[in-house]
Amino acid sequence: MSEQTATLVILGAALATFATRFGGHVVLSQFRRIHPRVGAALNAVPAAVLITLVAPSLLTGGTAEIAALAAAAVVSLRAGLMPAFLAGTAVLLVMRIFV
Amino acid sequence: MKTDILAGMRQSLSVIVSAAPFGLLFGALAVDNGMTVWQAVLMSATVYAGASQMVGIELFGQNVAPWLIVFSIFAVNFRHVLYSASIGRRFGGYNLWQKALAFFLLIDPQFAESERRIEQGKPLTLAWYLAFGLPIYVVWIAEAWLGATFGKMISNPQALGLDFLLPIYFLGLVMGFRKRTLWLPVVLASGAASMLAWKLVGSPWHVSLGALAGIALAAAAPLPKPATGTEAMK
Repeated sequence: MSEQTATLVILGAALATFATRFGGHVVLSQFRRIHPRVGAALNAVPAAVLITLVAPSLLTGGTAEIAALAAAAVVSLRAGLMPAFLAGTAVLLVMRIFV
Repeated sequence: MKTDILAGMRQSLSVIVSAAPFGLLFGALAVDNGMTVWQAVLMSATVYAGASQMVGIELFGQNVAPWLIVFSIFAVNFRHVLYSASIGRRFGGYNLWQKALAFFLLIDPQFAESERRIEQGKPLTLAWYLAFGLPIYVVWIAEAWLGATFGKMISNPQALGLDFLLPIYFLGLVMGFRKRTLWLPVVLASGAASMLAWKLVGSPWHVSLGALAGIALAAAAPLPKPATGTEAMK
């Protein structure tokens, strides 16, 4: 990808993101209420998209990677994003160095 | 107005601190995936959505069609449609440019803290909104520059584990949504579908195909009691 194309991708992504932030108000304020099925689908979007960036690591990753994900998942049950992230990172580093 | 500004700035501090590693990480990984320093800064300054920026640079490093990168970022940011519809009703006193600025700054913590403020019966003044949002925004841009500049000096990202930090971060985000209706079925469906698509179709289609599986499941599932599916709308 050329540097110019890359810059255009960034600006396109910026416009698309701004559209979701402004457009939601513009479009949805036209309706009295959202259909429950549409609401349920929208509600599922973030987890549905983000898990697809994790799951293939279970196929490609080694023991250290899978252990790091497991550690992050367990810690996130009790603590926030940051402790979970740090726990996963710590497990990853320790296992890559010592195992 | 002065109390609003002070309150907003005070509340922004915890968000700035907890987002800092990701702002820096974004800059470092952006350069690692082939972006220039100024492109990393441009992305933080114009897209301003952490998770989707990470998705963008992850695809950047692979040989992915440009429109698909834009589309993937759009898909990750689609949740803002709901934030926008909900919080936009409180922007009645703003003029068009103020509204545009407020919507531009509508990241997850901005939405969450704004809803909390309304819950407390306090007015969502522009002074409070900007005093909370602008410091987070400015620091986020500075972190992209710092991370990108520093990241160039990291010659062996694997030694530091930089190459696998994104999946860990994304899993943390996924776990953060676990109180939502149908979260587990959606995650299992999308996770399994993305692995299947990864094997059968290949990257990057595992993202859209995997996501579709979970979203379709959520739309087709028996509807829970009213309002749970649209709680961001209340």
